[in-house]
Amino acid sequence: MAESHGEVSGQKAGAHTEADGGHGGGFPPFDSSTFASQLVSLAIAFVVLYIVVSRFALPRVGGVIEARQNMIEGDLAEAQKLKDESAAALKAYESDLAAARSRAQAISNETREKLNAASEAERKALEDKLTTKLHDAEKTIAATRTAAMSNVRGIAADAATAIVQRLTGVAPDGAAVNSAVDASLKG
Amino acid sequence: MKIDPIHQFNIEPLFTIGHIGNHTIAFTNSTLYMFVAVAVISVLMLASGRQLVPGRLQSVAEISYEFVASTIRSTAGSEGMKFFPLIFSLFMFICVSNLVGIIPYTFTVSSHLIVTAALALLVFFTVLIYGLYKNGLKFFKIFVPSGVPIYILPLVMFIEILSFFLRPVSHSVRLFANMLAGHIALKVFAGFVGMLGVSLGAIGWLGGVMPLALTVALTALELLVAFLQAYVFAILTCIYLNDAIHPGH
Repeated sequence: MAESHGEVSGQKAGAHTEADGGHGGGFPPFDSSTFASQLVSLAIAFVVLYIVVSRFALPRVGGVIEARQNMIEGDLAEAQKLKDESAAALKAYESDLAAARSRAQAISNETREKLNAASEAERKALEDKLTTKLHDAEKTIAATRTAAMSNVRGIAADAATAIVQRLTGVAPDGAAVNSAVDASLKG
Repeated sequence: MKIDPIHQFNIEPLFTIGHIGNHTIAFTNSTLYMFVAVAVISVLMLASGRQLVPGRLQSVAEISYEFVASTIRSTAGSEGMKFFPLIFSLFMFICVSNLVGIIPYTFTVSSHLIVTAALALLVFFTVLIYGLYKNGLKFFKIFVPSGVPIYILPLVMFIEILSFFLRPVSHSVRLFANMLAGHIALKVFAGFVGMLGVSLGAIGWLGGVMPLALTVALTALELLVAFLQAYVFAILTCIYLNDAIHPGH
């Protein structure tokens, strides 16, 4: 590097691309006369930078990043909490709904049974009443028929007595007529 | 018109501050740009907003913070966060001075070996002193990899010790050489534009389009290199500090 540089600076004459400060021979990075200045400047600059960075810059930027991180985490936790709450509310609503539905079912069943029982009782009472009436009617019919039958027998006996009297001219024995009528009614 | 690609690396004393022994301590252009870097970093980190939703400047500050923090955590573990201010200062100082150096007519602080060597030695002695302070003599286990057969152990130890003491050399020369070579290449190609124009007239100006395009492309590459070298310096620092925190591979 130093040799090629020697050539370049050898060619240097007249026009120059930059201000013609020149560099007093040698390759600048290897010029030991500048080392002390550079080391001192570097030490000062780097110590200043280190203090600025470690005392002010990193805590500041790190704090901003951490605050943001905390806020995001807090918001996420809040969102999770709200989500859990809404899920619990939904669950409570559903269980309430199920309870109300089963209660409604129970009430409707009870009502239906009550109504059924009432109508059954009414029906039974009506039937009993009708049955009683039917029995009464049947008794009346039987009594009427018995009365009618005994009337028929009397009429038949009178008719038979009259017929026999007309034919024979003799009034028949009442007992004989009665037995003859009975035999005829049975036959 | 001649190109002098070395001129940009000249140290120009602006005024003299004092003397230490035979050495003159001067406020040079290098000093100026070191403080420019410190000022840029301070403004970036201290003047950026504190909003919940960051603006552009605040985003840059926060991205640099988290970038360096995650680099340390992934290479040296959470114990490495003790060195967060040091690594952050190193990374930002190198990155900003590299990036400022790409602006034409500025000076690149990291193109001087003495600066990069001082930073590399700072890391080297931090590792050495912290490693010995924290682990005592166990720190020397870093020279004795476990699971190596006994008959090649001396050779391995020799190589490990040699590489340990060569670390500051490779650490500093890598950054220095990258910045130096990049700036020389930029200067050479940019110089061609003017040379062609002056020596060949109109045709030369037309022909100068090619080196101009190349200069633009090289500038983009140098932007990448400026960041990458700062990152490499920081991540190597983390890896070296990891040795001090957890000796024994």
